[in-house]
Amino acid sequence: MPGLEDLYREIILDHYRNPRNRGELACPPARRAEGFNPLCGDEIVVYLVVDAEGRVSDVKIGGQGCSISQSSASMMSAAVKGRTLDEVRALNRAFKALMTIHESRLEGDEGDGSGTDTPVPDPAVDLGDLAALQGVVRFPVRIKCATLAWNTLTNGLEELAQPA
Amino acid sequence: MATLSPAPHLAPRLDVLDARRVRAEFPIFERCRHLPLIYLDSAASSQKPRAVIEAMAGYYETCHANVHRGVYGLAEEATGRYEQARAAVARFIGAPSAREVVFTKNATEALNLVAFSWGRANLRPGDVVVLTEMEHHANLVPWLMLAEQVGVELRYLGITDDGHLDLSGLDAALDGAKVVALTAMSNVLGTLNPVRRVADAAHVAGAVVVVDASQYVPHLPTDVSALGADFLAFTGHKMLGPTGIGVLWGREAVLESTPPFLGGGEMIRDVRLDGFTPNELPWKFEAGTPPIAEAVGLAAAVRVLEGIGMEMVRAHEIALTSYALRTLDARFGADLVVHGPRASAERGGVLSFSFKDLHPHDIAQVLDQSGICVRAGHHCAKPLLRRLGVSATSRASWYVYNDESDIDALAQGLVACSELFCL
Ligand SMILES: Cc1ncc(COP(=O)(O)O)c(C=O)c1O
Repeated sequence: MPGLEDLYREIILDHYRNPRNRGELACPPARRAEGFNPLCGDEIVVYLVVDAEGRVSDVKIGGQGCSISQSSASMMSAAVKGRTLDEVRALNRAFKALMTIHESRLEGDEGDGSGTDTPVPDPAVDLGDLAALQGVVRFPVRIKCATLAWNTLTNGLEELAQPA
Repeated sequence: MATLSPAPHLAPRLDVLDARRVRAEFPIFERCRHLPLIYLDSAASSQKPRAVIEAMAGYYETCHANVHRGVYGLAEEATGRYEQARAAVARFIGAPSAREVVFTKNATEALNLVAFSWGRANLRPGDVVVLTEMEHHANLVPWLMLAEQVGVELRYLGITDDGHLDLSGLDAALDGAKVVALTAMSNVLGTLNPVRRVADAAHVAGAVVVVDASQYVPHLPTDVSALGADFLAFTGHKMLGPTGIGVLWGREAVLESTPPFLGGGEMIRDVRLDGFTPNELPWKFEAGTPPIAEAVGLAAAVRVLEGIGMEMVRAHEIALTSYALRTLDARFGADLVVHGPRASAERGGVLSFSFKDLHPHDIAQVLDQSGICVRAGHHCAKPLLRRLGVSATSRASWYVYNDESDIDALAQGLVACSELFCL
């Protein structure tokens, strides 16, 4: 059985106890996206301001939930602030890969990944603190907690991509 | 036959239940990982005693055939076992006749049977169905579906801040009501509802009373007539029995006025190309091959519970609940909020709580590390959780195999949670 220290890394607990970029932003100019995990009632609200150059100039996180969903949201906010939308998308892909690869390995799928649509991590993308969340995949029911913030952000970005 | 005799070794009729002795009859507690299993989630599903497991295996090993069909001896024997199980369940809940006991897949199917078969035949647009705010989704969603499909009006009895049913609006709610459907015991708050009082008022108003007894029958002596129910639903797997079997009890006259639910074999007397005649009670509601081994297992579970004695079960759970309330109070004070009544005589052995600002998922995860199984989430009662103002709770629940040491372990585990998150 995986140990708790795999899940609750110190850096995760730090983000949980001292969440970064917590709060709200006026909409507009900010965009607001809301995500919900019906299983556990976790709720994430992402406020996002993208400037004229396509950079995330400000981000705030609202909502409530467990340590994993809240710390993941906090880490995400720190990671995307000041990044271009392309960089944000690359981060999102890298984070999802981190979750998925382990997930498939958990299911005993030790294949080389070729011929499947399992995302491959891009070594050029540095996940920083977010890498601490990789232990979550050993607790499959918690993966949804970890990805909630990113799914919410992605939905927000998709809306942004659509002509207003 | 060994599987048909009571379990005398479980019946030391002393004045207190010896949980350690009972526990020895449950093989799962021998499941030796690196730490002992501290199972505090019996409200979700109970563990199974050896007597139940062996009764089912013994049935398959010695006498399985389809029921009510073969003329050969083996089929007759299987039919006998199945119908004996029905009689055992009828006796266990004080049903006047085994004809009133219908086997279903679970409590959910039993409640759906009532809403859809009885409901569709007897309810018209605008008819009033009275529910409570503390219902499990199983006694909520079928009625919500009926509201959509038939246009019945749903009214709700609320709850008081201390987790009791709020009866102040009862008379107004009952005005014109055709059905009152309520839980005998909340699976979140543990509240024992005044079913008889509500049933009497409902009957005066001319309403039929549907009782969700999923959390009641496993834990308290049950007498359907004393409860004043017209329908009563419960589920095998929460009362030491197997999954895959539930029970709908109904008063004979009410069942007679209920059309069949599912159609198929077994539930008919005659089928022509232009119609069918339904079978008599209770088979009219048991379409297709029923859960035969499960019925045998459920009967074995009933015998185990009768061997212990339901008064004893109830007394044991009151004692454990008092101990838990005292222990958690002394240890955590205002940091731990128990949802539901404080008096252990007014509640069952289900304790939902909020602990500091810790999320129930985190609590359940950390407790799991010490082998402690508790539930985290909305417990299939979202409207109730909304009323309580929380999105999830942690829930510990106990049964015949739990004792004070399990509560102590829970308290210890909560200290570990608190330390890990430094809250
Ligand atoms: C009060 C109550 N009603 C109904 C049910 C549904 O039981 P089942 O899932 O076995 O149908 C449950 C258990 O989950 C319950 O606690």
